Amino acid sequence: MRYLPLADADRSEMLRTIGASSVDDLFRDVPEAARLTGQIRELPDHASEMAVERKLSAMARRNLAAGDAPFFLGCGAYRHHIPASVDHLIQRGEFLTSYTPYQPEIAQGTLQALFEFQTQVARLYGCDVANASMYDGSTACWEAIGMARRITRRSKAILSAGLHPHYVSVAKTMARFTGDTLATELPELAAGTDIQRLIEGIDQETSCVVVQYPDILGRIADLSDLAERCHAAGALLVAVVTEPVALGLIRSPGEMGADIVVGEGQSIGVGLNFGGPYVGLFATRDKYVRQMPGRLAGETVDAEGKRGFVLTLSTREQHIRREKATSNICTNSGLCALAFTIHMTLLGEKGLRRLAEINHARACAAAERLARVPGVALVNDGFFNEFTLRLPREARPVVRAMAEKGVLGGVSLGRLYPGAEALENGLVVAVTETGTDEDVEALAAALEEALA
Amino acid sequence: MSMNREGRPTRPEGAGEGAPPTFTGNRALMLEEPLIFEMDEADGCGVDFDILPGTGRGTARSAVEGGERSERGDAGPLHQPSAGPPPRSGEDKLADLLRNRPIGLPGLSEPQTVRHYTRLSRQNYAIDLGLFPLGSCTMKHNPRLCERMARLPGFADIHPLQPVDTVQGALEAIDELAGWLVTLTGMHSVAMSPKAGAHGELCGLLAIRAALEARGDAREVVLVPESAHGTNPATAAFAGYRVESIPADARGRVDLAALEARLGPDVAAVMITNPNTCGLFEPDMIAISAAVHSAGGLVYCDGANFNAIVGRVRPGDLGIDAMHINLHKTFSTPHGGGGPGAGPVVFSKTLTPFAPLPFVERQDDRFVLVEEENAGEHHGSSFGRMVAFHGQMGMFSRALAYILSHGADGLRQVSGDAVLNANYILRSLDGVLDAPFGASGPCMHEALFSDKGFAEGLSTIDLAKALIDEGFHPMTMYFPLVVHGAMLVEPTETESKAALDQFIGAMRSVAERAKAGDESLKAAPVYAPRRRLDETQAARKPVLAWKPPRQSEAAE
Repeated sequence: MRYLPLADADRSEMLRTIGASSVDDLFRDVPEAARLTGQIRELPDHASEMAVERKLSAMARRNLAAGDAPFFLGCGAYRHHIPASVDHLIQRGEFLTSYTPYQPEIAQGTLQALFEFQTQVARLYGCDVANASMYDGSTACWEAIGMARRITRRSKAILSAGLHPHYVSVAKTMARFTGDTLATELPELAAGTDIQRLIEGIDQETSCVVVQYPDILGRIADLSDLAERCHAAGALLVAVVTEPVALGLIRSPGEMGADIVVGEGQSIGVGLNFGGPYVGLFATRDKYVRQMPGRLAGETVDAEGKRGFVLTLSTREQHIRREKATSNICTNSGLCALAFTIHMTLLGEKGLRRLAEINHARACAAAERLARVPGVALVNDGFFNEFTLRLPREARPVVRAMAEKGVLGGVSLGRLYPGAEALENGLVVAVTETGTDEDVEALAAALEEALA
Repeated sequence: MSMNREGRPTRPEGAGEGAPPTFTGNRALMLEEPLIFEMDEADGCGVDFDILPGTGRGTARSAVEGGERSERGDAGPLHQPSAGPPPRSGEDKLADLLRNRPIGLPGLSEPQTVRHYTRLSRQNYAIDLGLFPLGSCTMKHNPRLCERMARLPGFADIHPLQPVDTVQGALEAIDELAGWLVTLTGMHSVAMSPKAGAHGELCGLLAIRAALEARGDAREVVLVPESAHGTNPATAAFAGYRVESIPADARGRVDLAALEARLGPDVAAVMITNPNTCGLFEPDMIAISAAVHSAGGLVYCDGANFNAIVGRVRPGDLGIDAMHINLHKTFSTPHGGGGPGAGPVVFSKTLTPFAPLPFVERQDDRFVLVEEENAGEHHGSSFGRMVAFHGQMGMFSRALAYILSHGADGLRQVSGDAVLNANYILRSLDGVLDAPFGASGPCMHEALFSDKGFAEGLSTIDLAKALIDEGFHPMTMYFPLVVHGAMLVEPTETESKAALDQFIGAMRSVAERAKAGDESLKAAPVYAPRRRLDETQAARKPVLAWKPPRQSEAAE
């Protein structure tokens, strides 16, 4: 067995030292009734690298990879080009095979990278401080609602109809157990967002308003007024960003007054991965930092006065505070956070802005082209790299028909909101720097054919 | 006398104590590295872009700076544009939300970036460098085949919302891994979506709560042993339960009589780690489960230590109702400096109807995702969704590659060697270190020691920091809480006997120094990239993001 270094002679010698007759003898605390005497028979024996590679490669080939097709899916996961050096660096064993930096003297690499990550995220979101990552955007969103409850001591959250429906589902699941009240509605297939409705819904019991920016249909709207109204009522504004590249071009939620900004960081450095692992971003104002969930890296000095970094404010966390912790999170998304930081360092401000401009330009051109397909109309007035089309009929079978022709043409609202008839003609199309003009033409042709 | 001896010293003159400081602050391979925010050329960029549609120049007109021309943009188009021009101010679709102030994100060229993060990496200890006996964390070798498999475009470059007919191979991989997890644990079903161990705990407790509520008997209390991971009580509280402790007996196991005495109609569940955090199997586990069940409660098992028993004991045979499996522990997906992990949860028949969405199901020759819309007929009692999309695919492909590589025979050897290595450490060191439960028989995959017998003023942390100087990552310190100055050593099965012997030698040496009152331990580590760091200052005046020097001075 290639991963197990002990030889039989080692095992015998070690058993002698221990004073046990066999390895099985070491399991004597296991009740006889529960002890398996031999290996589990339903499962095959060990296999060579080559055999495993053959089997898994065959499975992988049965999937249509995004890079092998004109590809336009978004709705919370975006395909961007990731520079080769990102994957090389995160595969360095010192990053890949280390763990949560409990011993800071020999984990400065991870800790400094986390400190850089926190700073990048805080700046991108327009906040003072960010944590060292959450599992993903949907869990970060739920954690933000819980944090708003702790800060305001109120438990009614108003969720925008433009919030990703999976994020809404996660929040509903958790609210059932924590007693939070969530106000939710389905989105409308229209250009306007629901900011006015949200403002009207705020009352003295409201802990927070949760609004996605850009929202699930790709729409964008100024959050400043909403933030002011929240604050006037003693509530917090939680902004959710599922496409961080957008913030290279449009104003950050923090700048518009959001108190907690959370989101998905997958676009930068991580890749699609069929939905995970991703990296949850979480940022807030300085004054709320002690109510934040998750790990935090902080600056300090060592015994010789040299700057160094440690995990800090851990009295918020489960391993110290146990049942009184701000969250039960332990392992987070460290390596994805590192990938985010390295990709963001390669981009820098100039690169991020260029990337965002290219995304927007391509999306504008694609929206204009697709709206010329007979029967198809563009729903959005404003958008970044993702917009919604209204098709003349139900979009879900259209998406499947296009996929059969090898075009991954977008996400149907029927997939996201099954049973919602008012939405079933909606198709959400994301266009990033990876979608070429030829791809857009292929989508237009496939759409026209599927609708014919 | 060697002729080369004169004028050519072959050994250093001193241990470096009196060595002059270097100009750079570097010490040969130990290189100091500033933050990206402090680097001179931090307004650079390490990415070149394709030409934008319609410009013919390969530059993006900056909407913010009004047509600034890129210095890198004329490198030549990769494909010719045909669509309309890029947006200019007023021509975009950005709803007047165009950013009007800088973000403050430094950028570096590729060589600078590679060097920066390579230098940082060298300040980390890692499994690839040596023994990393962090108890309860299972720091075993990460097979590189698994990395290669996870990066196959068919797994890594697929979108979670693609039509299911375009991702049949991915669903098959999830289904196959799920099958292995169910078989290895002898349970009834598995929820694959939880993102890490603590998320899995939450999944298990929410299923328990949903099942009890369905009986009309939600209950209020979850019992957790004092020795439990902190995530257990935090999770129980998150799920809306009051947490009470279960005492341990003198042998480091759950006190069955005390547990039975506490059970009653208010107890929803008992959370037990087995093997427990003292590294011991709970021999009364079957009786514990029976007692909890007969009092109307359910049994959650923290499966963080499943690696000790995989292939030898099936939790399903112990009466467990729910258990999470840390794929990053038992099945060796990389720990990555703190994640990502994955925490699938196996369920008994009782809890299966309440498991979360989504999951993968085989229907004839096709794999389907059971989600909100199609759960109705046969999964209507699910407690709902815990996460966007379907879980940690990148961890599933790695874990499946690991499992297929080891097979049923290899996995049985994994637990056997892990337990053998831990017992070898326990018996090689119990003469020099106090092993509080050493007399009660063999341990499982980790050996627990205390600081009893250390000289006045010296504690576990001093021994741990001295181990750093010896070239090892320290063991888990001060956990579990039930042992004074706990040192929890988990060597794992991927260490050779030679590596174990060297570690044992180092442990003996530092333990003897601690017992002899060697005050120099207080200064350890002296050879690491940093000396001991001031954690009190970090918490008292938190600096959690970089600020330009002038700004941070003004703030003081």
